[in-house]
Amino acid sequence: MLDATQNVTRTYLDRRVEEFRGQVARRIDGSLTEDEFRPLRLMNGLYLQLHAYMLRVAIPYGTLNSDQLDVLAEISERWDRGYGHFTTRQNIQYNWPKLTDVPDMLGRLADVNLHAIQTSGNTIRNVTADPLAGAHADELIDPRPVAELIRIWSTDHPEYQFLGRKFKIAVTGSPNDRAVTAAHDLAVRIVERDGEIGYAILVGGGLGRTPVVGKVIKDFLPQADLLPYLEAVLSVYNLAGRRDNKYKARIKITVNEMGLEEFSVRVDEAFARIRPEFSGADQHLLAELQDGFARPMLAPRDSGAFEAAYEADPVFRSWADVNLRPHFAEDYAIAMVSLKPHGGVPGDASASQMRVVADLARRYGQNEIRVTQEQNLVLPHVAKADLPAVFAELKAHGLATANAGLASDIIACPGMDYCALATARSIPVAQEISERLAENEIEVGELAIKISGCINACGHHHLGDIGILGLDRAGVENYQITLGGDAGPDMKIGEKTGPGFAYDEVVDAVERLIQAYLDLRAEGERFRDTIARTGAEPFKSALYDEENRHAA
Amino acid sequence: MAKRFQPGVISANDLISGKVIYLAANDNWVERLDEGEFITDEARAEVRLELALGQPEIAVGAYVAPAEATETGIRPAHFREDFRATGPSAPARKSWGIN
Repeated sequence: MLDATQNVTRTYLDRRVEEFRGQVARRIDGSLTEDEFRPLRLMNGLYLQLHAYMLRVAIPYGTLNSDQLDVLAEISERWDRGYGHFTTRQNIQYNWPKLTDVPDMLGRLADVNLHAIQTSGNTIRNVTADPLAGAHADELIDPRPVAELIRIWSTDHPEYQFLGRKFKIAVTGSPNDRAVTAAHDLAVRIVERDGEIGYAILVGGGLGRTPVVGKVIKDFLPQADLLPYLEAVLSVYNLAGRRDNKYKARIKITVNEMGLEEFSVRVDEAFARIRPEFSGADQHLLAELQDGFARPMLAPRDSGAFEAAYEADPVFRSWADVNLRPHFAEDYAIAMVSLKPHGGVPGDASASQMRVVADLARRYGQNEIRVTQEQNLVLPHVAKADLPAVFAELKAHGLATANAGLASDIIACPGMDYCALATARSIPVAQEISERLAENEIEVGELAIKISGCINACGHHHLGDIGILGLDRAGVENYQITLGGDAGPDMKIGEKTGPGFAYDEVVDAVERLIQAYLDLRAEGERFRDTIARTGAEPFKSALYDEENRHAA
Repeated sequence: MAKRFQPGVISANDLISGKVIYLAANDNWVERLDEGEFITDEARAEVRLELALGQPEIAVGAYVAPAEATETGIRPAHFREDFRATGPSAPARKSWGIN
């Protein structure tokens, strides 16, 4: 398959690494002040967090090959603390690099065509996509060639290096949106109309302090119009977007203040101007990219070994029931690799775990690994016959928790354990919930718990069945609960339930919500179905009424 | 209205490692909050902050980290400073045996 970053040449990456090496040296010898250096390090994905620097590395559309994952593991051992943290935007973050080591880290990343460019700052960030792209049975078309086209177009694009604010793009080729597309500044949903492939375009989605579901600005855009249309959207935003107030600078505010209709008219005007500049070279490139992402040739395999293990081993059966997803090829499956061991830190993987997954992909999985928006890894093409062996290996390394999509598959941002912006901790709350719910989560079924440690909502709390937002209330950690969010194709923003809970109360509160669901649910209802039927009131009662509080 | 001065210790991040550091009374930078100089006087804080900000080759983002004197010594006066002083709270690595 295609290398994720084929168009960012090695020469270019080497030049960028050496440029940054010089900037680091000048910062240390005093030629650059911190104010001068900060934007330069951020252009290379290097943040300064609470206890250390943090290097954010992009994993374009969440696709890695085994060599790349091996190098991510190696970097964590040579220059960090032997682990990495996978994020909700298909990045990996290293939490403990030394400033003086970062140029070497970037150099090693460049060896496998990875980098940290545009993982910070007011530019177009890592282009994300369905993590099950090119594998899932429900897919219309692989979104990654489109994501790669957008990535090539937007990387180092001079017009987009100084946007009013960061700009996030996601692409899906499946009607079952697994890329949280409507929470992006711009989303591309690949659709079919009268036998023709085209794009539904959404603008103005985003979470943070003003959560907004993206709005459809084009329900069917012809393929050849994609890049000129994106340029038109960006040009309107770049001119009209507010630069007077950081909190009103995202495109969602521009669209809301201007109104979708007026915004759309301006985009159409810009599009008419820009379209003739595109001669079709982008479409030739897209065709090449599509060849590069052609589906792997998968030989038919006898699934007898899978069936036998499924019958014989209840632990394997449980994992298979929960963590496998249907593959386009009958004898194959998609295996979700959980980075959520009960009581563990969501999204963390040790170097040895990364190597295990890379090795499994090499031996059994077409050399492919994916990173999900839920902070897990995926082996997208595994023959069912090989699943017992894959499971055994994953299990031996703490990677076979059967919880994909269940209560302990919690999204949590780094929170105040790491992040300089956080107002409260997320990770220990996630850990305790995960431990408490471990025993009966299969009975509870599908449930999305999402935790953010500040209003910026990196933990997608607005989109959880149960969302938790950690705040600083008069110098004390306080956790606000939202209910009824949905990250799927019909995205919904959860609603606040009422007053927040103290750090040592919030896990009990979540348990009461789940108990209320178990008491209320009708046959076959998921948590969200029950809330949709009953409304939030019985759940609020479980949270706040005195008798319930004491019963927990 | 001017913000009321809150006693504390001058803190920053170390330029090379990013570690949390504190300014001690002898002008050295130290890694333990309770070894830093506890400042209760606004004028003194200004002088010490100026010294800290004049050392960009050592310290990034110096500010007065709120602290208070207790029976057991100088302690952070806000939970954020508590976490800065002690590091991540999570018993994170238990599933893969890294300390």
